Amino acid sequence: MSLPIADGLLVVVKDDCETCHLVVPVLAELAGREDGVAVVSQDRADFPEGFDAIHDRQLDISWHLGTETTPTVYRIDDGEAVDEQAGWYRAGWERVTGMTGLGAGLPEQRPGCGSDTMLPDNYQRLLRRHSPYPMSSRRVDLGTAEDPVEAAYARGWTDGLPVVPPTEERVARMLEGTDLPPGHVLCTLPPDLAECTVEKVAINAVMAGCRPEYLPVVLAAVEAAAGRGFNIHGVSATTYFSGPVLIVNGPVRRRIGMNSGVNVLGQGNRANLTIGRALNLVVRNVGGARPGGVDQATFGSPSKLSFCFPEDEEGSPWESLAVQRGFGPEESTVTLFAAHGPIEVVDQKSRTPESLARTLALQLRMVAHPKLAGMSEAVVVVSPEHARLFREAGWTKPRLGEEIHSLLTLPVSEMVAGAGGTAEGMPPWLADQRQELTKFSPEGLWFVHAGGGAGGFSAIISGWVGGRAGSEMTTVAIDH
Amino acid sequence: MTTLLDPTSERTTGERPISARPADLADGTVGLLDISKPRGDVFISRLDELLTEMGVAVRHYRKPTFSKPAPLDLRCQIAAECGAVIEALAD
Repeated sequence: MSLPIADGLLVVVKDDCETCHLVVPVLAELAGREDGVAVVSQDRADFPEGFDAIHDRQLDISWHLGTETTPTVYRIDDGEAVDEQAGWYRAGWERVTGMTGLGAGLPEQRPGCGSDTMLPDNYQRLLRRHSPYPMSSRRVDLGTAEDPVEAAYARGWTDGLPVVPPTEERVARMLEGTDLPPGHVLCTLPPDLAECTVEKVAINAVMAGCRPEYLPVVLAAVEAAAGRGFNIHGVSATTYFSGPVLIVNGPVRRRIGMNSGVNVLGQGNRANLTIGRALNLVVRNVGGARPGGVDQATFGSPSKLSFCFPEDEEGSPWESLAVQRGFGPEESTVTLFAAHGPIEVVDQKSRTPESLARTLALQLRMVAHPKLAGMSEAVVVVSPEHARLFREAGWTKPRLGEEIHSLLTLPVSEMVAGAGGTAEGMPPWLADQRQELTKFSPEGLWFVHAGGGAGGFSAIISGWVGGRAGSEMTTVAIDH
Repeated sequence: MTTLLDPTSERTTGERPISARPADLADGTVGLLDISKPRGDVFISRLDELLTEMGVAVRHYRKPTFSKPAPLDLRCQIAAECGAVIEALAD
């Protein structure tokens, strides 16, 4: 749209604003100029009296100008605002207008009022009305007596919990969280191999309860899930427990208020909970993986609903997971791991890293089955109390990893099917080839630091089939 | 009136009729596809025995991993070489 004037002075006011009434004498001074002044009134055509104001009934002019406060005086040059002053501030108005001695008898300054464009309902409406990128998803009109939350259930869109109804206004607001246009095709999402656009992710992020600033994390997570290595088709279809576990690193954690401390894997933090949920809703609604359909999990686990947390990098004795995976400490990333859990590790008595490493190894042997090796991967979430022991002893992540790999290099005779009186275990022919087996592959065991300050515990997040045979841990940068 | 945006891929499910069943297994080769799960080979071997006793020609195939769909090349090969296929699920 174009402004009502191409060059000159323009002032946006409203009747419901004391400061606007205060500056009416100033408007009279401006009107005395040769080129005059255009007065734009947001709420009443007859305010201020005698100025023949332009009534900005739809607020399109104010929206175009980006008006946040009334009054605001603008200098327009060639159809664009080139200078402005919000509220009443004599020096500012004199700068914008190029006049001196304005508003004699008025105070030096007086704050203005919020522009009507900033009222929530108006803001959402205007955002949608003026979006340069119209949304293309099918519109679903509900009956007047239909409850939108119930309607989402009835249409099979939810994970069993209520969702926030994805109205156009909410989705438009969500899309403000990214610089990508809604029509941008992010990926092709298995199992249906459906095109997944930014708009579809935004709709599901609204439903999950995300704020717009979480959207870049969700977008990155969807890209990671759709990657060939992560194999979301297999993760969704398996009878196993796993779902996508999201580990967030870098500055974005603090920026969006994620919780890496007390109750880090539990309830209570909106970003932690809704980002993981949004990814699973996208997998369900766009990818087409629904329980009982493609998803044939025997039990499933909460990671199929939401399992997302940030690493406590600031308190960690070690480099972060993202740095281990080749990113810089100032880069924001999300890592996807096909997994479930956690399995608890209790050790309140160890006072040496050797002793604590033995505890971790004993519990890690349980992953999948104590007699299975080389199948699942694991992430150990090391608590601050446990991490302190490793810090004081100078144990690096590689040092701890070596220790545990060594402790979990086990006699094949104990691991094969039939050993210990149970048929589960590694194939018996392995006993002809080697004496020992290591529980985890060298890339199959990771450590991250998170959790509350009190408690001699750590947490094992155990994975599905790892590596190329199943799902590869996948890390992507959050950059949209 | 409330209007919501559809969160799904907006695809309609395509329906294809099941392909015609062979009238007689002896007319063509039967593929035996092991999906690489434990003990799938036990099931496949037994099927091999039973089909061979019936005079049916069999060919063996194996997916690289049970966790992913069969590669396209493998599916094309089975379609080209066999009149029917039996896929052994597992465990």
